[in-house]
Amino acid sequence: MKRFFADAVWPMAVLVLVLMLWHGATVVFKIPAYVLPDPLRVIEAGMDRHESLAKALRISAVAAVGGFLLSVVAGVATALLLAQSPLIRRCLVPYTILLQTVPIVAIAPLILMWFGSGLRSVILVVVIICLFPIIANTTQGLTSVDRNLLDLFRMSNASRLQVLFKLRLPHALPAFFTGLRISSGLSVIGAFSGEWFASSKSVGEGGLGYSIIYASSQLQTDYLFALVLACAALGTCFFLTVVACEWIFLHHWHESALKAEED
Amino acid sequence: MRPPHPISAPSQPVAPASTPNGVTLALSPRPFISVEHLHKQYGQGAPILSDVSLAIAAGDFISLIGPSGCGKSTLLKLVAGLIPVSQGTINVDGMTPGNARELMSFIFQDATLLPWRNVIGNVELGLELEASLDASRRAEKANDLIRLVGLTHVARHYPRQLSGGMKMRVSIARALATRPRLLLMDEPFGALDEMTRDRLNEEILRLRSEQGWTALFVTHSVAEAVFLSTRVVVMQANPGRIRREIPIPFPFPRTEALRSDPAFLSLVGDVSHALRELNGALPGKESHP
Repeated sequence: MKRFFADAVWPMAVLVLVLMLWHGATVVFKIPAYVLPDPLRVIEAGMDRHESLAKALRISAVAAVGGFLLSVVAGVATALLLAQSPLIRRCLVPYTILLQTVPIVAIAPLILMWFGSGLRSVILVVVIICLFPIIANTTQGLTSVDRNLLDLFRMSNASRLQVLFKLRLPHALPAFFTGLRISSGLSVIGAFSGEWFASSKSVGEGGLGYSIIYASSQLQTDYLFALVLACAALGTCFFLTVVACEWIFLHHWHESALKAEED
Repeated sequence: MRPPHPISAPSQPVAPASTPNGVTLALSPRPFISVEHLHKQYGQGAPILSDVSLAIAAGDFISLIGPSGCGKSTLLKLVAGLIPVSQGTINVDGMTPGNARELMSFIFQDATLLPWRNVIGNVELGLELEASLDASRRAEKANDLIRLVGLTHVARHYPRQLSGGMKMRVSIARALATRPRLLLMDEPFGALDEMTRDRLNEEILRLRSEQGWTALFVTHSVAEAVFLSTRVVVMQANPGRIRREIPIPFPFPRTEALRSDPAFLSLVGDVSHALRELNGALPGKESHP
């Protein structure tokens, strides 16, 4: 914990410095507020409209977390299927790569056409964006078990289920968490871009993505900055939650967690 | 301490006889393990093993020694039933290797521990997979074995907290927890420093005298092979085959003192010589003092 605060001091110092420079620049160069608002004005705008800000944040968080959890379930299920045999992997892996390579804006019109605007579509976008890192990492973890360990289990006449639960799944945990970390960041991006085109258009129902488009169209640049900050905060919180879970599951045995402890 | 594991003859048990290898066993009309005219090759590739025949009596400690590529590890995996035989037969206590797995344990060159389990958890693994014991019986057995290999003080540690020698002890304890009658070891001490290796050699002999299993041991070290074995099997490569079987007459229990015994050193010299002669080049790795 002490370590954590020590680690936090320097980035905080940088933040304070940047805010001061920013504030100084807006004052000295007389930059108009609709181009670059003073940081104090950004805070003010966030405070003034904290109700709508909180609501947008909540809507986005629901979409991001919901989509993330769904993609964890779907991703692990897919990885378990892919881990069954090299043949299945050869058949299906190219299609999982499609998830990664087709840009979301290309599928967006289809999603909008099929599911309309609203939370459901936004969550679908999140799932599509989050799925690949989870599938790829978990599959890699499940299939990269040491040959000798597999032989050891065979020598004990272990069943397929025993190999799965006592060997493959625990072995895959570190890789699975790597996937989760990547996807936790992506989920907020997914929610944001989903809301960009598929957010509910009724008043007060759009998330951060929708609010940002609205704020920019109204030249409410100060509020726009507040929304961006909220977006960053949401992503960071989510990422840190996943890292904390990872630590809880891995710290007693895995090298990566060990290194973090000793650094 | 539990009584030594009985080595029962598969059929027609004759009166037990005490043998020079220090293990009481019943004489049996058929060897415990018999390998007959064994061939192994992958597809149409060059044969790995060619016409290998070997008879191992219960209680024997057999070392396989030879240059890399002589198929000694392959032979071990064939006996374990981990890979299929191409031609010939392997018989372990009257069974095919695949059916005899319950009698055997395998120790690999690296300790192959599960990093997410502590020492007790790792030792319990074999019991968990093979036997339907309740958890408390399992822990009791695991603790017995952990005491036997001298790791009680680190029973709750995780593999990453252990030294190479300690990890190997855990691996040995895990292998012995299921009370095997045949222990297959694939260069188990190859990655350890010499002092640790010597100490574990003595320890493995002590465990064997207490538990009475038969051993098939692959190694690169002539001194290790001579120290441990009742018989050293010298192999040649391309294709892998058995060229010499050298009985090692020293009585058990063998201790540290044997290592400096002139007779021991001279036999190590003889085996090294045989190995060198059969395999042409100087076997660099094998030159133990």
